[in-house]
Amino acid sequence: MTPILIAEQVLNGLQSGVMLFLMAAGLTLIFGVMGLINLAHGSLYMVGAFAAAATAAVTGSFLLALVAALAAAAAAGALVERLVIRRLYDRDHLDQVLATFALILIFSEGTRWIFGSFPLYLDIPEALSGPVTLPGGIQYPLYRLFIIGMGLVVAALLFWLIARTRLGIRIRAGENDREMIAALGVDIARLYTLVFALGAALAGLAGALVGAIQSVQVGMGEPVLILAFVVIVIGGIGSIEGALVGAILVGLTDTLGGIFLPQIFGLFMDPAAATQTGAALASMAIYVLMAAVLVWKPTGLFGAKS
Amino acid sequence: MSRERLLGAVVLLALGLVPLAAHLMGEPFTITLATRAAILALAAVGLNIALGLGGLVSLGHATFFGIGGYAMGILASHVQNYEPMFEWPVLFEGSTSMPVIWLVAVLASALVALLIGLLALRTSGVYFIMITLAFGQMFYFFSISWSRYGGEDGMSIYVRNGFPGLNTLDPIQFFGLCYAVLCLVLLGAHLLARSPFGLALGAARQSPDRVQAVGLDPKRLRLVGFVISGAITGLAGALFADLNRFVSPTMFSWQTSGEIMVFIILGGVGRLFGPVVGAAVFVMLEHWLGDMSEYWHIWLGVLLLAVVLFARGGLVGLIAGRERAHD
Amino acid sequence: MLKQLLASAALIACASAASAEVKVGLITTLSGGGAGLGIDTRDGFMLAVEEAGRDDLEVVVEDDQQKPDVAVQIADRMIQSDKVDLLTGIVWSNLAMAVVPSATAQGLFYLSTNAAPAQLAGKGCNPNYFSVSYQNDNLHEAAGAYATSADFKKTFILAPNYPAGKDSLNGFKRFFKGELAGEIYTKLGQTDYAAEIAQIRASGADSVFFFLPGGMGISFLKQYADSGVDLPLVGPAFSFDQNILQAVGDAALGVKNTSQWNKDLENESNAHFVEAYLAKYDRLPSLYSAQGYDTALLLLSAMDKADISDKDAFRAALEAADFASVRGEFKFSASHHPIQDIYVREVIKEGDILTNKIVGTAIEDRGHAYEDECKM
Repeated sequence: MTPILIAEQVLNGLQSGVMLFLMAAGLTLIFGVMGLINLAHGSLYMVGAFAAAATAAVTGSFLLALVAALAAAAAAGALVERLVIRRLYDRDHLDQVLATFALILIFSEGTRWIFGSFPLYLDIPEALSGPVTLPGGIQYPLYRLFIIGMGLVVAALLFWLIARTRLGIRIRAGENDREMIAALGVDIARLYTLVFALGAALAGLAGALVGAIQSVQVGMGEPVLILAFVVIVIGGIGSIEGALVGAILVGLTDTLGGIFLPQIFGLFMDPAAATQTGAALASMAIYVLMAAVLVWKPTGLFGAKS
Repeated sequence: MSRERLLGAVVLLALGLVPLAAHLMGEPFTITLATRAAILALAAVGLNIALGLGGLVSLGHATFFGIGGYAMGILASHVQNYEPMFEWPVLFEGSTSMPVIWLVAVLASALVALLIGLLALRTSGVYFIMITLAFGQMFYFFSISWSRYGGEDGMSIYVRNGFPGLNTLDPIQFFGLCYAVLCLVLLGAHLLARSPFGLALGAARQSPDRVQAVGLDPKRLRLVGFVISGAITGLAGALFADLNRFVSPTMFSWQTSGEIMVFIILGGVGRLFGPVVGAAVFVMLEHWLGDMSEYWHIWLGVLLLAVVLFARGGLVGLIAGRERAHD
Repeated sequence: MLKQLLASAALIACASAASAEVKVGLITTLSGGGAGLGIDTRDGFMLAVEEAGRDDLEVVVEDDQQKPDVAVQIADRMIQSDKVDLLTGIVWSNLAMAVVPSATAQGLFYLSTNAAPAQLAGKGCNPNYFSVSYQNDNLHEAAGAYATSADFKKTFILAPNYPAGKDSLNGFKRFFKGELAGEIYTKLGQTDYAAEIAQIRASGADSVFFFLPGGMGISFLKQYADSGVDLPLVGPAFSFDQNILQAVGDAALGVKNTSQWNKDLENESNAHFVEAYLAKYDRLPSLYSAQGYDTALLLLSAMDKADISDKDAFRAALEAADFASVRGEFKFSASHHPIQDIYVREVIKEGDILTNKIVGTAIEDRGHAYEDECKM
């Protein structure tokens, strides 16, 4: 195992972590402000990817595809918030889990109904395709660097938005004391729709970015959703910093675990058994990480004391 | 007799009589459907103890359902393939006897529930939902890569396991067995809810401080409730595996956890007969909607949404009114 | 002419018997993420059934949602209340393992349109079970044979960590004479292969064999094409099948893959099939469509020869496999699996449409590795 390979794998872990952050940021924001647990977040990721693929197929432009993904996911988010989610804020988590579970069924089969059962095509734009050589001689796909860059930019924007803007102040106020901001004359219903749409747009963006290097298909959102939950639980629900740290931790654990565990087992087992055992343990690694964090800090790394 | 009790009795009676009628009319598949409903109801009765009584929203009950299933699969496959499970300290060849399988399923899932509970009950609220989900995922991925017992392919058992004095291959007899188990467990759940332990657990859900004030440990109450809940769902898993003569990692998937929860919500949380009504309705819907449209999941989703949004207290609540039996 | 006469005679004979009607249960995946494969299977099967236009054949179609317990439940219903004589259509091996053993134990016939796991080919073979597609290992074995003949010296191999993945790598190794540069089991359902691709790059391999069905293969191919690693790729047909090629895009161009069928196979039956399928469904047939079509042809050929109520005669008629397969010649081994040529295909572009063309034969007359374990 050369240092170059290790560096490349760390980059890969970072990239998957950054993508997870886009998903997790929306989830944790929605939970932090509205106290809502949203299983259908993965469906918004799928909506983004499908919107991007459909737009790219018609216009051939990747930029338009990204815009369409943002718009479609935000619109779907706002619509769902108005029709369904808003009735769930006062309910217990159980009702929220169930209602958003129902939304997954509707979104998934609805998408299949519209787009058919076969995966769609979405490709990397010409300008971003192919590998570049990084200092140290690492060959790395440009598009993945682009994803890391995009993710970091979005993260910075999000931090700025929450720390510096009026919307951010309201969001933070909403996290702390709902009656207070209502008393201040803020239209809470609109604020909530806005936050939900923002979270949805982030998920849609992640879906479109990832859709270009993966498969755009029905059900693509659920595996990511579960990872994103693991992320926000590790980070502490409601905390954007926690989501960023958690996402990168999960991304690195998942990527590096898949590579190094089989090799570690290879030191004292025969190769075939080692790859299988290692792969099996690697697929459980992030859940073990999550359980360990929760045992150590029951409200996550950056979570408020309950 | 309250309206809710009456409704429950009617549903339970119907669940018993429909297969009997189907048997007389020579419609064995209806019996299979009813058996499925009874077993899924049993799984949900288990979850309802944690969820309805203890207020513990577990999104990981598929763990116990799967463990029950694998208990059956592992024990029976060793007999089927003539490979003893272990030879030391005594020769044990596995088992194809349901009572033995049930015992193992219940003990194994109770043990796992104890371990998960010890860790998960340190948290609460959303964290609890997520950590139970995470444990479910761990078992799911583990079962997929555990090639000794079939991995992703699962295991087929060619002949349904036996129960002394019954021919379990006969659909109506196997149904009778599952139905009897369901009725017994329902009775047990009823008595449990009325027992000092059940009352204390219910109180711990509503006001943990007061429970603590009278010298009870709410955490310990919840742990015991969680273990009982897991054990019942484990038993249902063993029966479900025997119904299908097959186990696979699907039993561990988080969708399974979600579905078990759906039965309870459809029927009504914390209501004794809620899970029975929910599971029966779900199985019927699955059967009818599946016939009508390739995209039946949409309609299932819409219906579920309508129940959660507009029929709080589930179908039982809709018909029998708002009062909750256990409060 | 004589054959036709015989056929109609058989038809009359059938019609005169009270139980002559054949009822078929087709269980396949029609909803959820894997629905594309099941829809192709069904459409291929039904095309042959409709072309035959027989009124003594009834097909009941049900969706298994890709869930084993649902498949078992449907099978129970078809056996118990629809009283079907024969089951077919299951795409996935784990579902087949849940349904087939108990169905054949109850005396039903099962014709596999796709899944053919090792257990059912070897120790668990059954006189009433026929695989019309292949044995699961076959395409991987062919890829190994091709890699050997293409003179690959160091191949990197990867597959998901589940039974079919392990069978795949073992099948490849069975026919590959070179050295392995590395062997990886990935997570089932994994979508990001950056880490694996980095390992491939670092391994010093001269070629890559992969088995990643469905969305996994689409993700891998796109990422591989973008990584700058340009070692030759080999894989079984599943990741290059007609209905997912369009989603992979140009990343698949030029990749060699192994299959027992392709739309350019030159025989009369295949030419007719491809044209009729395109006309009826407005899309090119996939491997699954072809397997569904062949399965229906086999069934029809057996119906011409024997009454299904006479199980032994019907089984003999199936064993004879006297039908015009879209694969050309077709025969069964003693364990009821095909003995057939497996081809090497290359992904090409015809106009805007990505598709495959045959460039060679990987293995001739291949049966399967578990034949000796089957005692029947």
